[in-house]
Amino acid sequence: MIRRAGRIILRTGSAGSKGRGRLLFYFRRASLTLPLNLLCRCVGFEFVEARHALLGIDVKMQDCSWNPVTDQLTNSEPTTATWKSRGANILRRTRMTRRRLALFLAVVGPGLITSNVDNDAGGISVYTTVGAHFGYTMLWSLIPMTIALYVSEEMCARMGVVTGKGLSDLIREEFGFRSTFFVMLAALAVDLGNTVAEFAGIAASMQVFGVSKFISVPLAGIAVWLLVVKGSYRQVEKIFLVACGFYLAYVASALLAKPDWLLAAKETVAPSLHFTTDYLLMLTALVGTTIAPWQFFYLQAGFVEKRVGPKQYKHARLDVLVGSISCMMIVFFIIVCCAATLHKNGMTDINDAAQAAAALVPLAGRFAAYLFAFGLLNASLFAASILPLSTAHVICEGLGFEAGIDHKLKEAPAFYGLYTGLIIAGGGFILLPNAPLFKILVLSQVANGVWLPVVLIFILLLINRRDLMGEHTNTWAFNVVAWAMSIIMIILTLVLVYAAITQPASSGLVGTLIHSP
Amino acid sequence: MLHATEIIGAETYDSLGNYVGRVKEMFVEPADQPNRVAHLLLSRGQYRALVARYDQIASVAPGRITLTTDESALTLYHPNEAWLAVGKDLLDQQIIDTNGRKVVRVNDIDLSDQRTNGNTELRITQVDVGLPGAVRRLLQGIVPPMAIRQIQLKLPPRKILWEFVNLVEPDPLRRVKLRLSSQKLEALHPADLADIMEALSPDERQGIIGSLDEETAAETIAELDKRLQTQVVEKLDTERAADIIEEMSPDAAADILANLEPETKNEVLEEMDNREAQDVENLLRFEQNTAGGMMTTEIVVVDEGATRGEVVDYIRFHELSPDQLDNVILVNKEAALAGTVPIARLLLSDSDQRMSELAFEPMLSVTPDANDKNVFELFDKYNLRSLTVVDGAQHPIGNITVDDVVSRMRGKI
Repeated sequence: MIRRAGRIILRTGSAGSKGRGRLLFYFRRASLTLPLNLLCRCVGFEFVEARHALLGIDVKMQDCSWNPVTDQLTNSEPTTATWKSRGANILRRTRMTRRRLALFLAVVGPGLITSNVDNDAGGISVYTTVGAHFGYTMLWSLIPMTIALYVSEEMCARMGVVTGKGLSDLIREEFGFRSTFFVMLAALAVDLGNTVAEFAGIAASMQVFGVSKFISVPLAGIAVWLLVVKGSYRQVEKIFLVACGFYLAYVASALLAKPDWLLAAKETVAPSLHFTTDYLLMLTALVGTTIAPWQFFYLQAGFVEKRVGPKQYKHARLDVLVGSISCMMIVFFIIVCCAATLHKNGMTDINDAAQAAAALVPLAGRFAAYLFAFGLLNASLFAASILPLSTAHVICEGLGFEAGIDHKLKEAPAFYGLYTGLIIAGGGFILLPNAPLFKILVLSQVANGVWLPVVLIFILLLINRRDLMGEHTNTWAFNVVAWAMSIIMIILTLVLVYAAITQPASSGLVGTLIHSP
Repeated sequence: MLHATEIIGAETYDSLGNYVGRVKEMFVEPADQPNRVAHLLLSRGQYRALVARYDQIASVAPGRITLTTDESALTLYHPNEAWLAVGKDLLDQQIIDTNGRKVVRVNDIDLSDQRTNGNTELRITQVDVGLPGAVRRLLQGIVPPMAIRQIQLKLPPRKILWEFVNLVEPDPLRRVKLRLSSQKLEALHPADLADIMEALSPDERQGIIGSLDEETAAETIAELDKRLQTQVVEKLDTERAADIIEEMSPDAAADILANLEPETKNEVLEEMDNREAQDVENLLRFEQNTAGGMMTTEIVVVDEGATRGEVVDYIRFHELSPDQLDNVILVNKEAALAGTVPIARLLLSDSDQRMSELAFEPMLSVTPDANDKNVFELFDKYNLRSLTVVDGAQHPIGNITVDDVVSRMRGKI
């Protein structure tokens, strides 16, 4: 009988339950706890001590069942078959693995997206030009550039993860209002220029498919606007991640171009530096388009908005690493594709991606050309939505307006206003009949170059602050790499800016260079 | 009215008209008076900085301060954690506007100057978070102060009264020293407080949770988004985490624990009160997207033969809290589900009516392994407020309320 099997305990209500001490009688057996009043009723006793016991089962019944025939209280759990519990065990184990994978996937996004969006319309133009002019000979620079990209992005990721604040937030808090204001002003100017370039990319790629820019640009503008304004961060990120996948179009078009893989591999690992002006300038442009200042803001904001904490830092770092490498792989395939077709056939005066796509038709077939144009369209669309987004973020964060896609339109009017304004201005500019497109692109390129070292230095100053970063400040080696990179970047961009000023719109390579944002 | 930007950087002269230094910082001593500028930090280039006390300030004008004493009466500066630095702790930092229930960034600070027996006291009146403050910060020192004031008049002001300003200080020791109270935060609705926390950085979040009482902390954490819940709870020390989680309803507690690392989860469970821990553990056995994963075990179960009067007495006697009380579950002699009575029906019935007469038709229940989609469908079809969960032998083991359904469905979108 049950009365022999267990013990009756008297205890007060749970300690944490707001100090409401109530007396509870429990019957306890190893596997079972239930209120005494229920027990009494189950076994046919009248529990007279407490009037309310007749009504009340206070309840803790999920573990027990009472069989009125045998008058036995049993724990209902053991009745489930053993195989079932074994199955549950296996399920639990797969759940653990799934959980781990989910933990990583929950963090993935900002790094991958930011790195890939680097390959925007301007970037692809530069890679195309590099491939067409120099064939495989510039491939070696991709490895050091991957490192530079990773180092700079990793610093931002780390800052976002550790402080939980955006880059412009940190600049505002540590360097005051005025610095922030000028950073924001620069961001607005530079990003507007870049946005124009992205819409130019959309127009050019759609022309390869025979669609007028007066149709493609407004449509793209509306699509991009709706995506962010109507979507939540999770949805938008998923779409962006899919867009990252579309970059594989370039891999396909490189394969269709049947390049000399052995030579490409050799040129990738063995540096072959040529000290001609054209070569150095092209190199500068390559580095310049790959590490763009606005991407730091976007990356950091991405991790903050995803609420990635220091515990998931290693996932975040992996995300950035995968992003940097995948970005450079795409660059590799674009250059290889152009080298194998355009350069090999002597078409070295190609100076933008749309031209390249058109020129690919006789060399590698219509399909390869379409893939190439599709890649450009994808990249431009992708960047056209992220660039204004990043800019709106930077400015609102710094000025103290509500920012972020997860806010509703009404909650963050300044944020959405800026975002919309940038898209309208960027897209509208392409549609102007006699737009000084070329001048704007030159100016935005110059501004980009001037702005990059400034942002890099802000980042380096912030990341070495022990009061902000705690134990996560830069290591000695990391600082050396990062500072060296900043200085090289400053020199390289100064060269580019110098070239842009002294040889504006000159024909040939320098003109081409400046033409590609 | 004066502004912090006009005072920080102001030239200071002593009673004899000699130049002393520039104001580098203003300090408030909250332990003494919550809004009075108690000290001015005067920097003098390579010499050590001096401190002027509030009763040593004779007059204050934008860009110029006169003291009542001469330089020799001033003291040398020693950093003090209990002083609130207006420039460092307030300007450009995020604060919580407890009136507007938002996190905002400080552009400038408005001060009033009160003349009291021969000296001038500066008191913080409002915090400027709008355009006028931003413009002033940008132009200060470039454009004459009076011209800035002219521009400002044309801009829409956005200000927060000082008493509604809640500083965000992550360091708990400093919070105590600065006498920062969380009373105003605790008075906010937990959902608003959760929104505020989501706008802050992880350290600041932790600081806020650390300063709240357990009940408010529990309610607030329950309102946070899932990822933040896990983060916040993981960073608490186990004892405090257990105390807070005990305050939650078992289903909310189970949701949080399910997302923790297994190790942390077990530590927290061990630290928790036995009974509550067991409640939660029982719930943790169910998959998240089943009826078992959605239900709470805090249910009121009575005999179907009981009268309405007896039930009401019972509920009163046990002081069951009203927010968990949507319906009363009836059981028969075999302790199996015999129906549910919505509280509204209970309210309108006579005191000697039998519970079985009041039961909701048809009698609905789900098993804990039921798919959440089936649960949503039942709620939709019968316009339910709550639904009883029964085990294989029809014993009621829990209850799903409509708010659980809403938050699950929202999570799916």
